[in-house]
Amino acid sequence: MAFITANWNPLGEAFYRKTELYDMCWNIRDGLGDSLVAAAPYGGPIALLREPHRRSPSSRPHLEIYSASGVTITSFPWKSGPVVQLGWTVSDELLCIQEDGTVLIYDLFGSFKRHFSMGQEVVQSQVLEAKVFHSPYGTGVAIITGSSRYTLATNIDDLKPRRLPEVPGLQGKPSCWVVLTQDRQTKVLLSTGPELFILDNTSCTNVCPPGLSPQAGSIVHMSVSFSYRYLALFTDTGHLWTGFSNLQEKLSVVDTKKMTTPKQMVWCRRPKSQQPSVVLMWDRLLMVVGLCNDPIQFPVEDLCVLVGELDGVRIISSTNQELLQEVPLVCQDIFKIASMAPGALLLEAHREYEKSSQKADEYLREIKEQRMLGEAVRQCVEAAGHEYDSTTQKSLLKAASFGKCFLTDFSPDQFVQTCRELRVLNAVRESGVGLPLTHTQYPHADHMTLQVLIDRLVYRQFYPLAIEICRYLKIPDYQGVSRVLKHWASCKVQQKDLSDEAIARAVCVKVGDSPGVSYSDIAAKAYECGRTELAIKLLDFEARSGEQVPLLLKMKRSQLALSKAVESGDTDLVYTVVSYLKNEMNRGDFFMTLRNQPVALSLYRQFCKLQEQDTLKDLYNQDDDHQELANYYVSASYREKRLDSRLSLLQSAVDEYNKAKNEFAAKATEDEMRLLRFQRKLDDEKGAGLLGLSLQATMEALLALGLHKQAEQLYRDFRVPDKRYWWLKLKSLAEKEEWEELEKFSKSKKSPIGYLAFVDICMKCNNKYEAKKYVSKVTPEQKVKAHLAVSDLEGAAEAAIERRNEAEMGAVLARCSTSDQLLIDRLTRARATAVKK
Amino acid sequence: MAAHLSYGRVNLNILREAARKELREFLDKCAGSKAIVWDDYLTGPFGLIAQYSLLKEHEVEKMFTLKGSKLPPADVKNIIFFVRPRLELMDIIAENVFSEDKSHSSRDFHILFVPRRSLLCEQRLKEQGVLGSFINIDEYILDLIPYDGDLLSMEYESAFRECYLENDQTSLYHTAKGLMTLQALYGTIPQIYGKGDCARHVANMMLRMKREFSGSQNQILPVFDTLLLLDRNVDLLTPLATQLTYEGLIDEIYGITNGYVKLPPEKFAQKKQGEGSKDLPTEPKKLQLNSAEELYAEIRDKNFNAVGAALSKKAKIISAAFEERHNAKTVGEIKQFVSQLPHMQAARSSLANHTSIAELIKDITTSEAFFDNLTVEQEFMTGVDTDKVNTYIEDCIAQKDPLIKILRLVCMQSVCNNGLKQKVLDYYKREILQTYGYEHILTLNNLEKGGLLKPQTSSRNNYPTIRKTLKLWMEDANEQNPNDISYVYSGYAPLSIRLTQVLARPGWRSIEEVLKMLPGPHFEERQQLPAGLHKKRQQGENRTTLVFFLGGVTYAEIAALRFLSQMEDGGMEYIIATTKLINGTTWIKSLMDRPESQAP
Repeated sequence: MAFITANWNPLGEAFYRKTELYDMCWNIRDGLGDSLVAAAPYGGPIALLREPHRRSPSSRPHLEIYSASGVTITSFPWKSGPVVQLGWTVSDELLCIQEDGTVLIYDLFGSFKRHFSMGQEVVQSQVLEAKVFHSPYGTGVAIITGSSRYTLATNIDDLKPRRLPEVPGLQGKPSCWVVLTQDRQTKVLLSTGPELFILDNTSCTNVCPPGLSPQAGSIVHMSVSFSYRYLALFTDTGHLWTGFSNLQEKLSVVDTKKMTTPKQMVWCRRPKSQQPSVVLMWDRLLMVVGLCNDPIQFPVEDLCVLVGELDGVRIISSTNQELLQEVPLVCQDIFKIASMAPGALLLEAHREYEKSSQKADEYLREIKEQRMLGEAVRQCVEAAGHEYDSTTQKSLLKAASFGKCFLTDFSPDQFVQTCRELRVLNAVRESGVGLPLTHTQYPHADHMTLQVLIDRLVYRQFYPLAIEICRYLKIPDYQGVSRVLKHWASCKVQQKDLSDEAIARAVCVKVGDSPGVSYSDIAAKAYECGRTELAIKLLDFEARSGEQVPLLLKMKRSQLALSKAVESGDTDLVYTVVSYLKNEMNRGDFFMTLRNQPVALSLYRQFCKLQEQDTLKDLYNQDDDHQELANYYVSASYREKRLDSRLSLLQSAVDEYNKAKNEFAAKATEDEMRLLRFQRKLDDEKGAGLLGLSLQATMEALLALGLHKQAEQLYRDFRVPDKRYWWLKLKSLAEKEEWEELEKFSKSKKSPIGYLAFVDICMKCNNKYEAKKYVSKVTPEQKVKAHLAVSDLEGAAEAAIERRNEAEMGAVLARCSTSDQLLIDRLTRARATAVKK
Repeated sequence: MAAHLSYGRVNLNILREAARKELREFLDKCAGSKAIVWDDYLTGPFGLIAQYSLLKEHEVEKMFTLKGSKLPPADVKNIIFFVRPRLELMDIIAENVFSEDKSHSSRDFHILFVPRRSLLCEQRLKEQGVLGSFINIDEYILDLIPYDGDLLSMEYESAFRECYLENDQTSLYHTAKGLMTLQALYGTIPQIYGKGDCARHVANMMLRMKREFSGSQNQILPVFDTLLLLDRNVDLLTPLATQLTYEGLIDEIYGITNGYVKLPPEKFAQKKQGEGSKDLPTEPKKLQLNSAEELYAEIRDKNFNAVGAALSKKAKIISAAFEERHNAKTVGEIKQFVSQLPHMQAARSSLANHTSIAELIKDITTSEAFFDNLTVEQEFMTGVDTDKVNTYIEDCIAQKDPLIKILRLVCMQSVCNNGLKQKVLDYYKREILQTYGYEHILTLNNLEKGGLLKPQTSSRNNYPTIRKTLKLWMEDANEQNPNDISYVYSGYAPLSIRLTQVLARPGWRSIEEVLKMLPGPHFEERQQLPAGLHKKRQQGENRTTLVFFLGGVTYAEIAALRFLSQMEDGGMEYIIATTKLINGTTWIKSLMDRPESQAP
């Protein structure tokens, strides 16, 4: 540990160090020289497309995929066309860009997923060069074609390739170029040698980096930083220009004294970098060039691949992998020789303490005197995060923990958090897993969420580890364990060597009823892989019947889909299945299916009522539902304008009502037809305008027209109750003030509605004279009322007294005014005697 | 703005706020100025969730009613359709979209389905070729709308008809969903009771839905102790009877829609403006009715015969309060008086309004016709002569009284007699068909299907047993100071509420016999609560029951439940939920076919 600074190299104020990440597990004898290589950032996988050893027309290149630690994931001979470029997407998918502009997408395990084309014109002109880049929109692809035109797709998941404008004077490919994402726009920066252009959607602009003198020569290599903020340009005179990628400001120009174009050039920065640098690689030399004039040089034995990271550069060679990065300030503070920083003292104190030396106390005292113990603990914790070596992490954390003991009110959060994160990081860094993430790259909200980390483990099929981590970090099941299980299950259903039964059982045992795992999704996957039976088995585990329906439909298990939809209670879903079935099946089968599902059947009837009246009829017919069929004809008859059709519909209704043994309705409908015919006849003969009126209204109208005979006929034919007819006639005669007729009518026979009605109706027409004629005819019970109605108080009093009815006397009294004193006295007396009795 | 929702035992404002939040989120999804095209049916219920001001804050500049052909011009970026998922509405929307002027087609279209999006409708839009025109297709889950501090309604008009006539259980699915939403906000309801087929179906769906969400446990302390699901067809009698509470009568006579009533304007003319008789307003007077109004909260549930006394007592208090000003001597006293003035003035105008309404109602309730009608109703309910043709009904038909009135009476007779003798039934039916037209044969058929009208089967009439066991008729109902729920119908205690009351104490086991006579199964379910959420009840703390009426509830029934909540020794408070607030008239209307051709 004393030698922790041994691999530190000063660059200006700062130090750079190389940390060994892995001895590569792979076995590549002839180096990386002949291969197309793509290594994804954030410790992503490595893909190699290796040319065959002996070139012959029959031999094919080999595509190999490794984890970052060099563990073989897959390898297979490349059978498609010539590949120009390899690249990785943000979700660990491999893009293989072919000469003809076709881009093939493979997953980590080398199974082909899909392909797309960068445009028809590319097939002719061929891709000269291509780059895969990452933008806020996702993963993009840029190509330059043989006709010197660029085509750009900013997001391959939402493919919209754009052809960029022509670059003036460009022949073939430019000497170098990069893709920039700025202000939510993707552009290409390219050098044609003497000139530098920015190419965007609409224009091609000649630009000039500030502070780069024309004597520096033409630009032969360029590189943009991880964040797209910084740009490095290398000229053929060996000058390296660094500055902002918007070309507004220069950082520095350094003369590397190297005239050859570097093989690779990558920015090496970290957040809050003191001394950002650019790493350049030639055949046997690696040079780290900072802003100052004093670059660090490392010899390299064979050709390496540089992978720019958020906080450094990974250097992958055929034998090992190193991380080159600027030493974080806090690590400098602690480990710099003779550092007096509080963290350094605390580390020392703890070391002495472990040796049981009293010096520990001295160191501690010193920190405490400066009131820096809190700071010291923080430094140790932070530095532990940045160290890759677990022994160093441990000693720093132990020191921090030791220091913490002497503090009160010190929040343990950062300490606990860091321990937890390091534990996860160390686990995924393991060579077997091979995700060499740094603490800076660890999901802290902005660059990568924990879900992404879990997903990446899942893509690599490290399910147990992923679940372990989810549980350890207490990620809610919904986002954590369940997601892993879902992936696992989707993968499991693809195992061809297992029986449907075995897989379904295995899935059920593992997944159980974990929240958020949808069996229908898993089943959908199984179906996709052509395992319909398995899919159906899996669907059985789905608790949400609604979810089962779409897939069942897709698998053409429509009967099952229908019963599941009914089970869910969601009528909209039932409708959906029904309308699907309607299109899929012939009518007979369709009706039969519905018949077995009463709920669906009644919903479909509802639908038909609104949309397809004719189908409704067929449905009732099929079910021999005569009652409903009759109702159907009745309502249809009201939509019919022509009387003949109306009558024939009603006749059908009558027949059906008869079949349904609904005698009443049959009779009523027959009556209706009779009435309609009668109305038409009279309308034709007399223009009475009766059609559509009710029986009662018809009779009213007839009476109003003076057609008493016809009214009488209806009364008899339709067996109208006497009471109602008398009311009708009474009202009609009174309205027309045919008092003589009325009197005649009253004497025609005994009134079934009594005679009070006659009194009332006359009074309503303000004919007291006529009213009085009927008073004498009313029944004794109504006498008082009748007299009162015609305001004959005397008569009323007489009647009331005669009947010795106390309540009636009261009613009369209430009507008396002061002028009727005599009457009042008489009534009062009579009432008194009535009460006595 | 909706403070009255939060006064009750259960703060229903939480539900309203949740609904408002969701609405805001949707509106913000459509960036820029907007115009809303309304399915007319939704405007009323929406008014209870959000006023125009909220919409305006979210850049809603115009509102239109959904109708065919072209949309009115509006210089807005977004056109949003707020619609129920119905196929006929989809066709109108498609027409709207098609006739949009393509030349300046910068307007974005969105659809918000209320209460739930529908694959069927989307399919229809697709067939019409407009589905692609919509940027957002979303759903606004508005099942249960808070109407008052203790009242939720889905305002699903056709629920009863769909369930009992058409065997379409869509409304029950929405009910179950609504209850799940409610439980998400107010905690799992540990006990579920129910009576009736629909109740059973809803409970089944709820239990299933709970299983589907088995992973995420609800960690909210339950607010409701019990849920009681009641089918309307368990108690067909109550809605047929004329409600006699103040609120019930307002609804019977003028109709309350979405918390508002429209009244004839004459009585509300500003008297101050002097003689100007030509100034008489011709627009109906629109009043909002809810418990936010102190006086209304006090009198709404009283029997109408007790309202007069309450109003005059209130009048005295108010004028006494105004008299106080003469006693106010010191500056401080005057200041205090003045500070109370706005409140007093509001009380005075509220008093004036309700006095006018009470007068309007009194004109009707004191009429002979009203009295005769009520007498017959009460005869039926007490079982007098329910087995023969009723003369009053006959006369009413002869006088061509409104059909709905006739239907209410005939159905009531049928229900109170457990069906009518075939001869009697046929006689009524013939009378109705001959007088009001043969087309009503369909309506009569519907009523028979719904069980409101039926021929007597061989089994004997069990209504008297039910009436006696449940004490549905109370001879000495006290209208002024009620001691029993029967006051809401001046003697008749609503069956549905008796069931609720018995459930609370002594429990349904005591009335097994009667429950068996009523249609549909009765059941009890328990929902497991996560450990730690079991309520520790304080001594004397009331339990809370949510009573859900599937197929509608009347104001009188609500009044009866409120009365039970207020009983000192009741030990139970009730929150009421329903598919729709109904009265006999609106209910029968919803069951009619071709009601448009029916004479008023």
